Amino acid sequence: MANYKMHILVCGGTGCRASQSEMILDNLKTELETKGLSDEIQVIQTGCFGFCEKGPIVKIMPDNTFYVEVTPEDVKEIIDEHIIKGRRVNRLLYVNPDNQEHIADSKHMGFYKKQLRIALRNCGFIDPENIDEAIAKDAYQALGKALVEMSPDQVIAVMKDSGLRGRGGGGFPAGLKWEFAAKNASDQKYVVCNADEGDPGAFMDRSILEGDPHSVLEAMALCGYSTGANKGLIYIRAEYPLAIERLKIAMKQAEEYGFLGKDILGSGFDFEIELRYGAGAFVCGEETALIHSMEGERGEPTVKPPFPAESGYLKKPTNVNNVETFANVPVILLKGAEWYKSIGTEKSSGTKVFALAGKINNVGLIEVPMGTTLREVIFEIGGGIKDGKKFKAVQTGGPSGGCLTEKHLDTPIDFDNLIAVGSMMGSGGMIVMDEDDCMVSMAKFYLEFTVEESCGKCSPCRIGNKRLYELLTKITEGKGTMEDLDLLRNLSEVIKDTSLCGLGQTSPNPVLSTMSNFWDEYIEHVTDKKCSAGQCAALKQYIIDPEACVGCTACARVCPVNAISGERKMPHEINQDICIKCNACFEKCKFNAISIN
Amino acid sequence: MSKIFGGIKMAKIKSLADLKKKQDEVRSKLNLRDKADNPESLVQIKVAMATCGIASGAKEIMEFFVNELGKRNIDAVVTQTGCMGYCYAEPTIEVQLPGQEPVVYGYVDSKKADKIIELYIKKGELVDGIIPQNYETIDNK
Ligand SMILES: Cc1cc2nc3c(=O)[nH]c(=O)nc-3n(C[C@H](O)[C@H](O)[C@H](O)COP(=O)(O)O)c2cc1C
Repeated sequence: MANYKMHILVCGGTGCRASQSEMILDNLKTELETKGLSDEIQVIQTGCFGFCEKGPIVKIMPDNTFYVEVTPEDVKEIIDEHIIKGRRVNRLLYVNPDNQEHIADSKHMGFYKKQLRIALRNCGFIDPENIDEAIAKDAYQALGKALVEMSPDQVIAVMKDSGLRGRGGGGFPAGLKWEFAAKNASDQKYVVCNADEGDPGAFMDRSILEGDPHSVLEAMALCGYSTGANKGLIYIRAEYPLAIERLKIAMKQAEEYGFLGKDILGSGFDFEIELRYGAGAFVCGEETALIHSMEGERGEPTVKPPFPAESGYLKKPTNVNNVETFANVPVILLKGAEWYKSIGTEKSSGTKVFALAGKINNVGLIEVPMGTTLREVIFEIGGGIKDGKKFKAVQTGGPSGGCLTEKHLDTPIDFDNLIAVGSMMGSGGMIVMDEDDCMVSMAKFYLEFTVEESCGKCSPCRIGNKRLYELLTKITEGKGTMEDLDLLRNLSEVIKDTSLCGLGQTSPNPVLSTMSNFWDEYIEHVTDKKCSAGQCAALKQYIIDPEACVGCTACARVCPVNAISGERKMPHEINQDICIKCNACFEKCKFNAISIN
Repeated sequence: MSKIFGGIKMAKIKSLADLKKKQDEVRSKLNLRDKADNPESLVQIKVAMATCGIASGAKEIMEFFVNELGKRNIDAVVTQTGCMGYCYAEPTIEVQLPGQEPVVYGYVDSKKADKIIELYIKKGELVDGIIPQNYETIDNK
């Protein structure tokens, strides 16, 4: 085993590196060398600790001492005091803001760990293709408990008490939905798991199915037991081959053990699950469209009511829940509604999984208690903005959501708060944008998606979104007028009010929220014909500085459209009417004579 | 990977009591893996094999570990697992030396994997690029 007696871990996350953690690392190594300790103490650079606000972080093992806001100058003291004399350097310890106490041992610093994994409890721990590992981690215990010790009504009561709300976007209370399905008497009922996950940038559900498929199978059986359904269907997009493969393996193993099939655990309850594949249409994530797609009809939504709980798959009562919603269920039944309610906020209990993407350092999958602020998610767990750029906005809720800005950073995330500030929880995609992102282009990106994904059944969505997209394109090309902005807003309102399903009812949200949060940027595009983020190519101007240009002709030769003219050894000029803003001249010029406006 | 299930029909679990028994059994089996009789030799490696991991080369890394650990005569269990959440640092692996806390390494390519075997697994020296656990589990809540 190791000769090293101690390890010093230095955070090498981007945030800490920006505040000199590399110099700390170097100083530690040099200092240990000087003191002749290099063979006994090892210095290691780690990934992000997720506590960037207090960085740079230095952790000493094995005693778990956690130093915060360390500077390169502190290194000598750490070595002299802590390493040699065994005395902690108190002034570098974290001070608990609640009671001003210094906390030395990171074991007692649970509060710095902003994440809590409930839905992801087994993701990354168990082998998803080995049911025994899942069983060791409590899989099917909740099902056993419910079948043997609880009535269906009791299961529903726990679900209602827990306050679990649907994680697929709508946030409807799961227990209540189960109760509706239970109350609708029928010879046949269904449980459907919505694994369509169509939001661009979202991969929460895929990760759950790939990492812990049994949690979903168990929850579906529980739902079947309490609603009186003995058939389950998982609607999953065919683009998720690995998730499908793991689900198939999990279903086979669960059947062999008898957790699915006839007379489960000797209780007399039968439940079987089938897979149904979607072709990747966004609208098929909407529950009525999803059901039609499973029936072999066109994937188009229908008006609710009737809700699926009344008349769903094959006109039978059907309970539809999202993957992540289901993944929470077994834990709730095992640990109780009170336990679950103690996590999160009053009206949104539990946790939410988010897929962090965009201009953020720690792109990844995270799970935080409801009520965590956007600031904590982006700047602590997410490690802040890439390349030291400035945060501009975060888009939540995908194509149905809105963007949130600096002033919303301290909003505790839950279903109601996000709606109150003009966005929505959505399914959990979170795309972070920095100063280089143009908000008009962002809205345009989502509208392009919606236009592509609209099923075409109702005209507000089919035609209206297309018109929104055209208006946005016009604005990003510098051809927009103030009347266009009025039209954009009015049309958005009309589409929201008159569309048939959730897709059209929410698709103008990216437009409306950017208009309300970044009105200046719209005005800039329209009146100044400028895009300060520099993203709208059509609004860029490449200009040659006659002072700096030496007339080498390199730019003129590289220009694909012959927009650059000028005599050899004389300043050149770009014809703005011909220029296609391809950037080739800018890259070619060795004299920094070309600038972009 | 799932050798345990290859062709063998598993016995049905017929009651809650049976399920509890099964859980005790699999738990001790997994524990055995942690605290093997010969703690010097049994190492446990989990490779995050969700779509994101595989896309960045986790399969090759898993193969690398299986092959190299065999060649270098190190007794180890290499298993796959789901996404650990550190997509920015894929491929990620978790290494647990006998009797020690598991350690997660990110950005594992074959060079890093080689280092992890030679330095961490063989000598217990940590290797740069550890990803600290930054979340709580339900066991503590
Ligand atoms: C356009 C559109 C797309 C949707 N896509 C999804 C999806 O991909 N996954 C999902 O679970 N719910 C999606 N929903 C929400 C579903 O209609 C439904 O509310 C949800 O599956 C119910 O489950 P929950 O209560 O557990 O969230 C979508 C809704 C709309 C309007």
